[in-house]
Amino acid sequence: MKYIDILPMGSIEPDILDLISRHLAKLFPYGLRTLKPLKEPIYAFNFIRNQYFSSKILSEIVNHASLETVKILGVVDVDLYIPIFCFVFGEAQLRGKAAVISLYRLRPEFYGLKPNRKLIYDRVVKESIHELGHNFGLTHCLDENCVMYFSHSIWHTDVKKSCFCGECRRIINHRIVLQEEA
Amino acid sequence: MKPPARILIVDDEAIMRDSLNDWLMEDGYEAVAVEDGQKAIEIVRSQPFNVVLCDLKMPGMDGIETMRKIKEINKDLPVIIITAYATVNTAVESMKQGAYDYIVKPFDPEEVSHVIRKIISHQQLLQENILLRQELKKVYQFRDIVGKNYKMQEIFELIRTVADSDASVLILGESGTGKELIARAIHYSSRRAEKPFVSVSCSALPETLLESELFGYEKGAFTGAVRDKPGRFEEANGGTLFLDEIGEMKPETQLHLLRVLQEREIRRLGGTGVIKVDVRIISATNKDLERAVKEGSFREDLYYRFNVVTIQIPPLREREDDIPLLAERFLMKYNVKNNKNLEGISPKAIALLMQYDWPGNVRELENAIERAVVITKHNIIQPEDLPANIQSFQESKGIKPRKLKEVEKEHIQHTLEENKWNISKTSKVLGIDRSTLYKKIRQYGLSPS
Repeated sequence: MKYIDILPMGSIEPDILDLISRHLAKLFPYGLRTLKPLKEPIYAFNFIRNQYFSSKILSEIVNHASLETVKILGVVDVDLYIPIFCFVFGEAQLRGKAAVISLYRLRPEFYGLKPNRKLIYDRVVKESIHELGHNFGLTHCLDENCVMYFSHSIWHTDVKKSCFCGECRRIINHRIVLQEEA
Repeated sequence: MKPPARILIVDDEAIMRDSLNDWLMEDGYEAVAVEDGQKAIEIVRSQPFNVVLCDLKMPGMDGIETMRKIKEINKDLPVIIITAYATVNTAVESMKQGAYDYIVKPFDPEEVSHVIRKIISHQQLLQENILLRQELKKVYQFRDIVGKNYKMQEIFELIRTVADSDASVLILGESGTGKELIARAIHYSSRRAEKPFVSVSCSALPETLLESELFGYEKGAFTGAVRDKPGRFEEANGGTLFLDEIGEMKPETQLHLLRVLQEREIRRLGGTGVIKVDVRIISATNKDLERAVKEGSFREDLYYRFNVVTIQIPPLREREDDIPLLAERFLMKYNVKNNKNLEGISPKAIALLMQYDWPGNVRELENAIERAVVITKHNIIQPEDLPANIQSFQESKGIKPRKLKEVEKEHIQHTLEENKWNISKTSKVLGIDRSTLYKKIRQYGLSPS
């Protein structure tokens, strides 16, 4: 049996982890496992930017993949960046094993709005699928309804759907077959 | 799917290069990163790029100097200056020196994605416009195909019918009948008209070159492949690919082509990735493909792929009523081209043109008229302005089987033209009375040419 592993890093609400599991199980032909939580990734903290360097977190996540792990998705609740961007919602190794998403900028509270559980659920599902899509080799899609559309802002995340467009679906199915053959 | 746009990153900080490189790959681009201006200049000399992202502050050669040297090699290559030092002065200076834009790192994700997409889409538009302009210069329009002959009228109707579908079309006809003109007419009448029309002659290239021409190649695929080159399939993406002389294609290329037509995707020679293509195929040949299929020199499965709709263009000798029309059209064309003002073609010259059997078809007729326009010393093209083989054709091939009525009709028409339709004079020359001449004119439906 092969698995997509979910790796909480820091304190992540159980309902969010459960939600990610359920949705990914519908889309990918693998078992879903939630691993034992790690501590918050303080090693990736940048004191000048007051943010966490997501590429460093990815390097750590990949160490927790087992032989049965097809992909491993870290979930954090800190503000992520990569050096060229002010922020990122998540990062993934293109055609690699590890991905990470952050709840930090997905929460309506970050934008000064009231907490909205349904809204954050919707965003978490989209960003999880998006980053795993990169793991399976998908690049950004020009169809703004497709989950692989590049979210420049939370508005774009809200506009896109939580599923692949026909073309991305076709590619990812092909990649999954290749993965199985490998 | 087009091949990914290539972006050159120039930044002395490894972490910035890696970060930008990874993100550009996620965004579907092919990125190459170098750490200084000198390396950037070397790589721009040897490889094609769509955009350069260049850091402003680098040890040694700075971003503005690097950009200046890159522009000396390729003035049209857009350079975006990136820097952590956001001052109005540096921004103004880099824009003055020719930077496409200026962005401050760390970027807002929307900013860099937007700028690059804008450049790429502008470049694609420019490329399509260039192709379109080249095509329009040739003024190949449906209306420019001349033919009142009923067989040509049937072909025009067929073009209208098939234009809006994506069905493959096989055009059959002797050499010089205008097969490419028909292919262009289909393309420009179809929904693909705004996209490229790309023509490849399968007989013009050796077999090995034909495959690289059609499918492209990647750097290092063979000796001399010093850079990636897209094939004609990629160039025609969204439009129409016209494959001429397909009867000359060797079995290996036939097999390769069959796979492409089935999968609708290509693989460049020496390449590993597949590229999706959306191309309508129009093919043509002067060979008897059915016989080639029976003899085993042409694949049956490929023949049926090509041959969804067949258009058979008649040879010119079977549409001789079109000859005066075509001759007139070519006269106008070469009048303009040679800055002349010839008034027409004499009836005797027309008669010679109509008697000739035109083995080279419309192309031969066009060449004959072009030659006549250039050499004539008259205001009207005369028989002596035509090539010798056309002038002497009647004598050498006078045995061509013809009905007596045809000969009579032509002779009366000719005599009428000679006498400028003066009935009295014509009837005297012909040795018949006026009423008989009127009867013959009605009988044969004669009218001034």
